[in-house]
Amino acid sequence: MAAPGIRGSKISDGIVMDIEQRLTHLQQLETESVHIIREAAAEFDKPVMLYSIGKDSGLMAHLALKAFAPGKPPFPFLHVDTTWKFQEMIRFRGEFGRRTGVEILVHTNQEGVRQNVNPFDHGSNHYTTVMKTDGLKQALDKYGFDCAFGGARRDEERSRAKERIFSFRDQFHQWDPKNQRPELWSAYNTRIRKGESVRVFPLSNWTELDVWLYVWREKIPVVPLYLAKKRPVVDRDGTLIMVDDDRMRLHPGEEPEMKMVRFRTLGCYPLSGAVESDAADIPSVIQEMLTTTFSERQGRLIDFDEDGSMELKKREGYF
Amino acid sequence: MARLSDAELIRSDIQAYLARYEHKELLRFVAVGSVDDGKSTLIGRMLHDTGMVYEDQLAAAAAASQMEDGSLDFSLLTDGLRAEREQGITIDVAYRYFATDKRKFIIADTPGHIQYTRNMVTGASTANVGLILIDARLGVLQQSRRHAYIASLLGIPHLAVCVNKMDLVDYDQEIYERIRKDFQVFSESVDFKDITFFPVSALKGVNLVEASDKTPWYDGPSVLEYLETVPIADDHNTTEFRFPVQSVLRPNLDYRGFSGQIVSGAIRDGQEILVLPSGNRSRVRSVDEFGVAAGAAAVPRSVTLRLEDEIDISRGDMIVLPDRPPKVSRSIEAHMVWMSETQLDLQKSYLLKHTTQTVRAQVASIHWRKDMDTLEEVPAKTFDLNDIGRVTVTCTRALYTDPYTRNRATGAFILIDSLTNNTVAAGMIADLGQHQDLDALLRETRAGSAIKPKTQVSPRERFDRMGQRGATIWLTGLPGSGRWALAYALERRLFDEGRTATVVDPTGQNLAGVISACKAATDAGFLVICAFPTFSRADRSLLRERVGDARMLEVYVNTDPALCRERRPDSSFEGFEPPQTPDVVVSLDNMRLRDSVQFIVDRLEIRGQFTRPS
Repeated sequence: MAAPGIRGSKISDGIVMDIEQRLTHLQQLETESVHIIREAAAEFDKPVMLYSIGKDSGLMAHLALKAFAPGKPPFPFLHVDTTWKFQEMIRFRGEFGRRTGVEILVHTNQEGVRQNVNPFDHGSNHYTTVMKTDGLKQALDKYGFDCAFGGARRDEERSRAKERIFSFRDQFHQWDPKNQRPELWSAYNTRIRKGESVRVFPLSNWTELDVWLYVWREKIPVVPLYLAKKRPVVDRDGTLIMVDDDRMRLHPGEEPEMKMVRFRTLGCYPLSGAVESDAADIPSVIQEMLTTTFSERQGRLIDFDEDGSMELKKREGYF
Repeated sequence: MARLSDAELIRSDIQAYLARYEHKELLRFVAVGSVDDGKSTLIGRMLHDTGMVYEDQLAAAAAASQMEDGSLDFSLLTDGLRAEREQGITIDVAYRYFATDKRKFIIADTPGHIQYTRNMVTGASTANVGLILIDARLGVLQQSRRHAYIASLLGIPHLAVCVNKMDLVDYDQEIYERIRKDFQVFSESVDFKDITFFPVSALKGVNLVEASDKTPWYDGPSVLEYLETVPIADDHNTTEFRFPVQSVLRPNLDYRGFSGQIVSGAIRDGQEILVLPSGNRSRVRSVDEFGVAAGAAAVPRSVTLRLEDEIDISRGDMIVLPDRPPKVSRSIEAHMVWMSETQLDLQKSYLLKHTTQTVRAQVASIHWRKDMDTLEEVPAKTFDLNDIGRVTVTCTRALYTDPYTRNRATGAFILIDSLTNNTVAAGMIADLGQHQDLDALLRETRAGSAIKPKTQVSPRERFDRMGQRGATIWLTGLPGSGRWALAYALERRLFDEGRTATVVDPTGQNLAGVISACKAATDAGFLVICAFPTFSRADRSLLRERVGDARMLEVYVNTDPALCRERRPDSSFEGFEPPQTPDVVVSLDNMRLRDSVQFIVDRLEIRGQFTRPS
């Protein structure tokens, strides 16, 4: 944040007088996240930061850049590319790399590509397992990463609310929700055996509103898809899907319509539902978010498969 | 002009709202209660009534509600894991978030049953406020006292006691007052800045968000009003500067900084600092925040310090101000919560993580354990899961500590089992009130380990690796009795059963050498088999003394002397003293070798050689 948490400090004989101690809650979240990122970077041999191109990843990357300024983060970034991301996201990824100078690794599950696993023929569940979960596991194994930072927040979903900030994974990348290590204060246990790993969630205590506010205050660039614009969409059972390229399979008689829409979460375009909106800048997005009553992940189709599906996916190794 | 509510401001002036939201204070509270206390309902209700539940989440909860009268089951808004929903209980710490016009809140939602003490401790470790529930129909139970004790132990400054289910006692003031009085009597034994009581009904939403007309006799604030206003600014330690170094930042030749989080106190450019353990002093050249000079910073900022002098500092060191240094010690007294299913092992060395330092440590002694029913201090030999007590811990390197009651960062540590890597205990350093001057402090940083150099592997750990306890199996008998044949047959048999056994070959050794070899291998957890000839009882008792009675199995190979003589006509049988009380007797003239082996193996089994030591 631009303003440090101290105003008009006078110090005499080493004792601090008149210090305005009260940090804003955003500053508290920021300082906690930076502590977490530095702690993991110092204790693990080979960390990596997952970069999904979304606003949460963007914020996490921003904090990582701050944590090691004026140097660079001592770890690379990894994007698991399903080949079905919005074209604007891929462009944005390139810009992010050029702007920050960080190393970005891109991994795609080639086995999935060979079998032509796609969101239309295979259903969101199977598709997500193959292209996202398996792709992620492949990449972690390939490079031998023992720590992966993820941008997940505890307010997103009920099973996430119980996950530790330093979340242990066995050698198969699996999470055991009933057998989590106690996590007290900010004393993080980073001990693992060879082949095991830890997923670290520096944004655990941020809410969606916190993220948007910080993005706005810090002027962190976001993919333009988050802001409303006229885009070609089709209505599928009440969900607006954007026709991002010619791989989109239209149902008979279905005709893309130009609508003012934006996305609350970004992922694979056939699985990301848009909302109709006029919010073309971030304060308007926040305003709209605060006055609507639907939670963020509602736009993410993968959670709809069954009750508790996120927990099942996480057990298997999904973020 | 009247202050607009958040909701009004969001609609009329989003930028003004964002400015307000950004400056909200953050309050963390832990909510503790059992399955039947209605805690999940209370939290669900609070989230719901502050508009923090989205419609789709509400719909999901409504669909899953199985209330008799068809109303919404608020607890479903919070119970997260599948296992919990199936069992209808909260088994782990869940974190929830909501904001009101005044503050932003993080709730640690923790179970209250005694078997989940460790989860409550986890949630309580960072809380400003502890919120505990008491069932109005049941009054102050042992469980409520336990919750308050743990909250106080974990250093939570403010306690809110919600007397819940007031609707089920017709909002009876007398009942409420009696519970309040009971609790106050008990609370003289625990330590809080303040304790506040609330008559509530989570189910009906009474006195949760707004004051209710159901309790006209109660004129205090609602629970939410209390949470919005309880003063927390003074809860930080702002006077004793402590900066545990997380990492050294050296992006180029011109920049060398030390990164970390200020866990207490404040620092500014130009101040003289002291580095532990080196004792080196320097001055702060610049307090940098994320690469930008900030001039000064205070708890809890994450910053990078650059110093005037090139002194050697690394992760785990601590930068402090010389006039108020922490205590430096390799032996600490602490309250400890045992969090593992595996018992505390006083002979084992654990890893201790304290701020950014990890050292080897042993629990040297247990002073007492808290009996969770009576809250009395009772003697204890070990700790089991959820036990709480007071201990002395000795470390291989010095820690830089403050009493937990003064500093929740430098006063806290965790213990990690270095075999399983699990977090097994949490410690809160006690205040012994001893003064340490600067010279004594620096001497302590240079002193050696408080743990006398000795094995750091306990017998129990060895057992867990080898599946057996070490023992020496000593075969005694006349020459020609078949001792060596038996020794090697026994080794083969034990090996085939997955045991680790070895025959000590005495070639070129005297008795003293053989005894040393047997002892070393027994210590290492081996089953040592030896048939070195020992004619005299004195020799065998020497062996017994060195190896230890309990780890020695004396086998008398009592083969018929005539047969032995026949086999070894040249050997001298002079002076052989048969054992008086052998553990096992076999005779290879009327027993088959295989049966003799079986006999010995059975004996080992019965002695508990393959049973985990307690």
